This record gives sequence, structure tokens and C-alpha cells, in this order.
Amino acid sequence: MLYWNQAEETRSRDELQQIQLQRLQKTLQLVYENVPFYQERFKAVGAEPQDFKSLEDFFKFPFTTKADMQSTYPYGMFAAPMEEIVRLHASSGTTGRPTVVGYTRNDLDTWSDLVARLLTAAGVTKKDIVQVAFGYGLFTGGFGLHYGIERVGATVIPVSSGNTDRQLQVMCEFGVTVLVSTPSYAVYLGEILEEKKIPLDSLKLRVGCFGAEPWTEAMRGEIERRLGIIATDNYGLSEVMGPGVSFECVHKNGMHISEDHFIAEIIDPDTGAPLPMGEYGELVLTTLTKEGIPLLRYRTRDITKLTAEPCPCGRTFVRMSKPRGRTDDMLIIRGVNIFPSQVEAVLVEMEETEPHFQLIVRREGALDTLEIRAELNEAYFSDEMRVMHQLEEKIKTKIRNAIGVSAKITLVEPKTLERTTGKAKRVIDLREYL
Amino acid sequence: MQVRQISVFMENRAGRLMEITGILAQAGINLRALSLADTSDFGILRIIVDKPDKAVDILRRSGFTIRENVVIAAVIEDRPGGLYEILKVLADAGISIEYMYGFLGKHEHEAVMIIRVEEMECAIEVLLEANVTLLKGEQIYTM
Repeated sequence: MLYWNQAEETRSRDELQQIQLQRLQKTLQLVYENVPFYQERFKAVGAEPQDFKSLEDFFKFPFTTKADMQSTYPYGMFAAPMEEIVRLHASSGTTGRPTVVGYTRNDLDTWSDLVARLLTAAGVTKKDIVQVAFGYGLFTGGFGLHYGIERVGATVIPVSSGNTDRQLQVMCEFGVTVLVSTPSYAVYLGEILEEKKIPLDSLKLRVGCFGAEPWTEAMRGEIERRLGIIATDNYGLSEVMGPGVSFECVHKNGMHISEDHFIAEIIDPDTGAPLPMGEYGELVLTTLTKEGIPLLRYRTRDITKLTAEPCPCGRTFVRMSKPRGRTDDMLIIRGVNIFPSQVEAVLVEMEETEPHFQLIVRREGALDTLEIRAELNEAYFSDEMRVMHQLEEKIKTKIRNAIGVSAKITLVEPKTLERTTGKAKRVIDLREYL
Repeated sequence: MQVRQISVFMENRAGRLMEITGILAQAGINLRALSLADTSDFGILRIIVDKPDKAVDILRRSGFTIRENVVIAAVIEDRPGGLYEILKVLADAGISIEYMYGFLGKHEHEAVMIIRVEEMECAIEVLLEANVTLLKGEQIYTM
């Protein structure tokens, strides 16, 4: 089976645009009636929902940003009353405040369908046995994929993340044919298989659907070779929906954006001006069918480009390339979103360190590692190694509690980290993205 | 009975130790004893010098992170068992050692151990009681 829903995925562009416009008008009406934040926005531009008669008109509407979602924390962007919200998810935020997203029953239904498209495009059918190694929790990856797999009718094994021994046992003994995880974890599993000398032909694995973090074509090659599978990429963000916003088909030539549910634009991140097809810029998404949190022109901060070239698979959706960076300083480490400001908040609070620090991200083998270089406060320098180690451990624990990722702490001499007049160079990302 | 020691926090990067010794040399400061404790990321350099005040001043002004504290300098006989005997005195008194380092003394058949413990006063007391010779700061600085 090539498509989850052939009619919806292969509409003519004219028909698709017509549907986008209809659904957009419905969405505009919905937020106008229910979300004070957007009512203000309409007032500010002196317009009402019916004034937006074309997509061109709509592309003048103000952007929605992560900061807007945080200023309305937790439920200010909800367009549906809480009794209609059946699930919440959340993602980390720049100020330590998470972004809370709510789904109505219809939203979950839509989401499952979008994930079903993603899976089907990768070749997953109801005959497959799918191992989900994404974390189940506030993160949208685990539950998002889970219900899409059930929608397809495949067998889902909700292993969740971590516990590599159990992952391997499940993979080997349960006849798993599809792996869902972060790409870096897939590489790691491949390395462990090799280490344990488990032959590939003893596995039934044939497809992998990977997402939640940036990865390279080189990594794809490695995953496909080590696991003997077809590896496809998918994209999403919790504010907009979660995984399933866009996905690769077996041709692996960009991620099809489900445009019947989202309008995609590429803008210049500095000026906000629209950029022509094919140019790299910031992806901006508008939801067309969401009821819990409809978002208008949401700035994803992901840098990508779009192409409308026909794909051999026959889908008519535009495709986005793998994001090649971010407009903000958010890092994705082992699938977890991390903002330098979260690290700063921890260090500022600790007297033992100066609030000057540097984050260094590396990809060691398959796993992303985070090193935090922090300047030691002279008053806390001890001539005893034991005391210095205790200090490092203390920082490490506080950081892990704050960002959910374990980091290596390196204490450096005070006043040695680079200070710049503008934005400090706080992040050194040594991973390769392209 | 206590000797001043200067500790310097050092990142592990090439030439850092050379820089410190260069600064001290230029100021005409002579090293009496030295120890370096290190991990993969940073090191703690501990030194005893002939002019502690001057060394503290010049290192601070050169931007180093330093800490000054006191240590015990115990004279031990340069023969098998020499160290064992004073360690036994401390162990019997229930005093644990944070760190120590040694160097050969000016006199033949004599070595000096630099010892840091948490209970300095108590350690000095039991060592003196056991007839261990402890050097005064001045004795080391002018050695």
C-alpha cells in the first residue's frame, strides 16, 4: 500500500488550495471567537476573519511565536474549553516554562491519521510489528507514533526509551519489523548489535521511521547498513501537532508536508518577508484542522527549504528538506529540546560558578553528548580534589534536573570564556547536519 | 608550625604550568616544593615558595585563581619506615590525610613531607608529642 489515504494525499494543487482556504477561514473564525490572544491580533490589524479572502491576504497576518505561547501559559492559546481537551503534552521552553499543548478528541483523531500517512509512506502496513523506542510522556513522540501505528493496524510494542538490553531483546525475540526512535538511538542500537555479534539475518527488521532530532544523510547510510533497513525521516513539533507534520516516502527526497492540515511558508527570519520556493529560510506553519490549539503563522525556528517538484510517489504535497539549523539557540540532544538559557538559570543560581558558560555538543559514535564549560568562582576553589569533584557533581545533578539530559561538567578558570559585546558565543555544536 | 601554601586552579591546556613558573621566575620567586593534582579537565597546582606574599600578589594580578592555606611540614628520616612512622601517629589519632607530597631536605638522611589534614591543630599536637620535627614557615622559605 502506497498511501494511507490516496484521495487526500494526491489532490490536484488547485483543489488542495481550495481546501486550504476553506479550512483557513474556519480556523480564523474559530480563534476569533475563542482565543483572546488572537482577538487582540485581529483588532491590531483592523481585520475580521472574513477579510482574508486569499492566502496572499492571510500572509500579512502577524506571526505567532513561542514567546506568545509562553506569555499565555498554560492554557491561554486554547480555542476549546477544557472539557473538550482530552490530552495534554508539553515541551521545554526557553525560560524554563514548558509550552503546553492540548488536543481535542478530533485533534487526536487527525494526528493518528497524519502519523498513519507517515508510516504508510515508509512502507508500514498492518502486518508489521512496530517497536516504539521514543519516550512515552509529555514528549509527543511516543504517544504520537503509538496511536498512528494502531490506526494503521500494525502491532505496536510500546517499549519507550532507554534500557537498551530490553530493546534488543524485544527486537530479536518479538519479530519486530519496524523501529521507531531517534536516528542517533538507531545508530547506537546498530553498534550494539555489532558488538554483541547478533547477525542481521536473525532480525526481521525492514523499516525505520526516525525523527525528533536533526540527522544527516551519512547517518541514514549508516543506519541502513547497520540495521539492514530502509530509514525514513519525519518532522513535527509539539506546538503544531507533534510528529506527522511532514514525512518522507520511500523515495527519501524530502518530507511531504500534509498541506491539507497545515499551510507552510518560508520566510526570511530577519525581516519576516516571504522567500521564493527553493530558498532556505524559516519554516512557518498554520494549522488548518486543529481545535485544541489552532496556530496562525507559527514560527518554527527551523531553517529549511521547500520544493514543489513532483515526487515519483505521486503525492502532491510540497516537500521540505531536512532542517539545517535553527534561528534560535535551541539544541536538540538525544531528542530533548534544550535552551542555553535553562543552563544559565542553573548557573546563575549557584554561587560556586560565574554565569559565564559554554555548551559544547558532540556526536560521539551515535550518541549526542553535552559538555558544559563553566567558570569557577574563585571563592569556591579548593586545593582538595575531593571538594572540586563534589562541586562538579553538584552542578551536574542540578543541570540534569533542569534540562533532563546528563552533561559533562568542565570547570574552567574565571574570566577565560569568551565575552562578546553582543550575543555571547555560548553554543559550539560540533555535530554535522548536512 | 604551619607553612603557607599557595594553590592555583589550572585548566588543562598546553603551556599553562609554564606560564605560572615563568611569572614566578620573573618576580624572582623560588619554588621550595610543588605538587600537581590533575584530572582530565583541570589541575590543582600546590606550591610552597620563598616569598609567599609576593607570589600571591603577582599570581592574583596575573589573573590566576588561587587559594592560600596552611600545611604541615614534617621532617622524616630518609630510611625505610620513615614515612610509615609519622603516618601511624596520624592514623592512631584518627586523622585522615587530604593530600601530601614530599621532597628531600637540605640535610643528608632527611626528607620533608608536606601534609594537609582537616584537623590541623590536632595533627600538629600529636606529631609534636611523638617527637616529630615540624618545620616553621620561615625555615622552609629560607631553606
